[in-house]
Amino acid sequence: MNSALVVFLKEVRENLRDRRTVLNTLFTGPLMAPLLFVLLINTLVTRELDKAEKPLSLPVAGAQYAPNLIDALKQQNVEIKASPDDPERAVREQDEDLVLRIRPDFAKFWDKGEPAQAELIYDSSQREANGQVARLRAMLEHYAERTGALRMLARGLSPTILKPLALAERDQSTAQSRASNLFSMLPYFFILGGFIGGMALAIDTTSGERERQSLEPLLANPVPRWQILGGKLAATTTFAITSVLLSIIAFAAVGQFLPTEKLGITLTIGLRFVTSTVFVMLPLAALLATLQTLVAAFAKSYREAQTYVSLLMFVPVIPTLLLSILPFKTLPWMYAVPLLSQQVIITRLLRGDFVPMHGLALSFVCTAVAVFIAYMATTVIYRSERLAISA
Amino acid sequence: MIEVRDLHKAFGKVVAVDGATFVARDGEITGLLGPNGAGKTTTLRCLYTLMQSDRGQVLVDGIDAATDPVAVRRRLGVLPDARGVYKRLTARENIAYFGRLHGLDEATIGARSDAAIAALGMADFADRRTEGFSQGQRVKTAIARALIHDPKNVILDEPTNGLDVMATRAMREFLKRLKSDGRCVLFSSHIMQEVAALCDRIVVIAKGKVVADESPEALRQQTGEANLEDAFVKLIGSEEGLAA
Repeated sequence: MNSALVVFLKEVRENLRDRRTVLNTLFTGPLMAPLLFVLLINTLVTRELDKAEKPLSLPVAGAQYAPNLIDALKQQNVEIKASPDDPERAVREQDEDLVLRIRPDFAKFWDKGEPAQAELIYDSSQREANGQVARLRAMLEHYAERTGALRMLARGLSPTILKPLALAERDQSTAQSRASNLFSMLPYFFILGGFIGGMALAIDTTSGERERQSLEPLLANPVPRWQILGGKLAATTTFAITSVLLSIIAFAAVGQFLPTEKLGITLTIGLRFVTSTVFVMLPLAALLATLQTLVAAFAKSYREAQTYVSLLMFVPVIPTLLLSILPFKTLPWMYAVPLLSQQVIITRLLRGDFVPMHGLALSFVCTAVAVFIAYMATTVIYRSERLAISA
Repeated sequence: MIEVRDLHKAFGKVVAVDGATFVARDGEITGLLGPNGAGKTTTLRCLYTLMQSDRGQVLVDGIDAATDPVAVRRRLGVLPDARGVYKRLTARENIAYFGRLHGLDEATIGARSDAAIAALGMADFADRRTEGFSQGQRVKTAIARALIHDPKNVILDEPTNGLDVMATRAMREFLKRLKSDGRCVLFSSHIMQEVAALCDRIVVIAKGKVVADESPEALRQQTGEANLEDAFVKLIGSEEGLAA
């Protein structure tokens, strides 16, 4: 039997016997992440929808100064309530999301036909409140516009004079693309799945084996080191890939329960999504496993290896963060960059956007090349004498 | 047969082995005796090709370790200083793993494992996972797996380290048995009595140099000391690192 295969089978068998690690890497990690994700989205969406449908509860200071305005708001399903004593403070401390304040001289200006001031007190850093603020602002602007039009008519002028430009908005976002903003973090969850899957074995088979004093006897066998490394890497990769597969399948299954119809959006989590995602994630899982092994083999001790591998976990966040903060246009070269290409492809697939076959192929090949380079770097470390010496 | 010629090995500025030359013959037990830090482990590591020497030559059955390290390792059974076993595998599985790495078929592995388990008295713990094994049980497992390919040459680095009296006695008997099989046995030790009781040849090593390479008898005559321990102290030039 081939020596690399012997090493592979032994590492897999030994790892499978570690029930707790297996449970954590194969189930808790890959299943919890998508479940949590779906749960989070569900809560978020449901709450947003609740807010939009519910009457807007609005504290108003000085409501008595503008009874007509208040009546108009009431007609639009706004519940007027008494304002707290210090509206600014109440908003800052999040007791209230927003407060409308009307000046005592409101009626004076209004009657003269001059701009009468109403104050909208809110905190734009509270994302929660933004929807309500927008709702109220729209109502107030609508009221102002209507009153303005009536005044123009009363003076014998056409209200259209004040509308030299008719702006018609044509939003080109599709239902899927609106959804994708919510889901730009998803590729990271898959990557994280693979990361967790490979972590235990990557450390265990390198610095762990050295620390347990079994690496030196192992290397005394008549097997070239690159074969031993090959077997160990294959085992780590297998667990990483299994983890990723479970993540993707779990998401595809749980994703069906997302309240997408309430948002008026559609997600394409069909067979094409699953197969394409698996296809681009396979080499990435291998790359992560190899990089984990590389840093773990480089480390002098088990503890050091754990630190390095944990730090490595931040690397896949970079493209995720970049893409969710900066609205990058997908450019052809992006398909050639490992990590970034997976991010781009999975996000596009989810949006229902077109992903060219050569994009998938390029992502796969380039990531595979990166795996090869990382493997070669690891063999260099494996050749060093320092590797086996535990004392 | 193991031949070491003018072996040099340094780690940075620290010279661990400084021109060691000796021969370990078939059917003999050769003891590598020296105080702690004399370069015994480094010498042995160069022999089983874990390390590459800076200068000099290592020949195992005439094969040069520098040109064909895999063939050299195939001819060696090695019990290194590090003797960790895989704790989630049973003793038998630990042994079989090394057998498969040597490319042996399952029938041979089974037969040799049974023989080794009988010879080392491992029957009552061979099928238990090695987690929680005593030091002696671990060493026995490590020896059984090191010899699964029936090597002609056996290298043991301080084999009795950490063993109790009974286990030490068993180990000595086992080394004698390897010798009577006609194997070349090379082991390192810093314990005088052990080397005196077992060895056909004693290679005394101090500060990386071979200071004597004789039979125990010749060693006593050479130094003019009746007591081997005194002879040893005289040879290495100090009592530092010497343990009785």
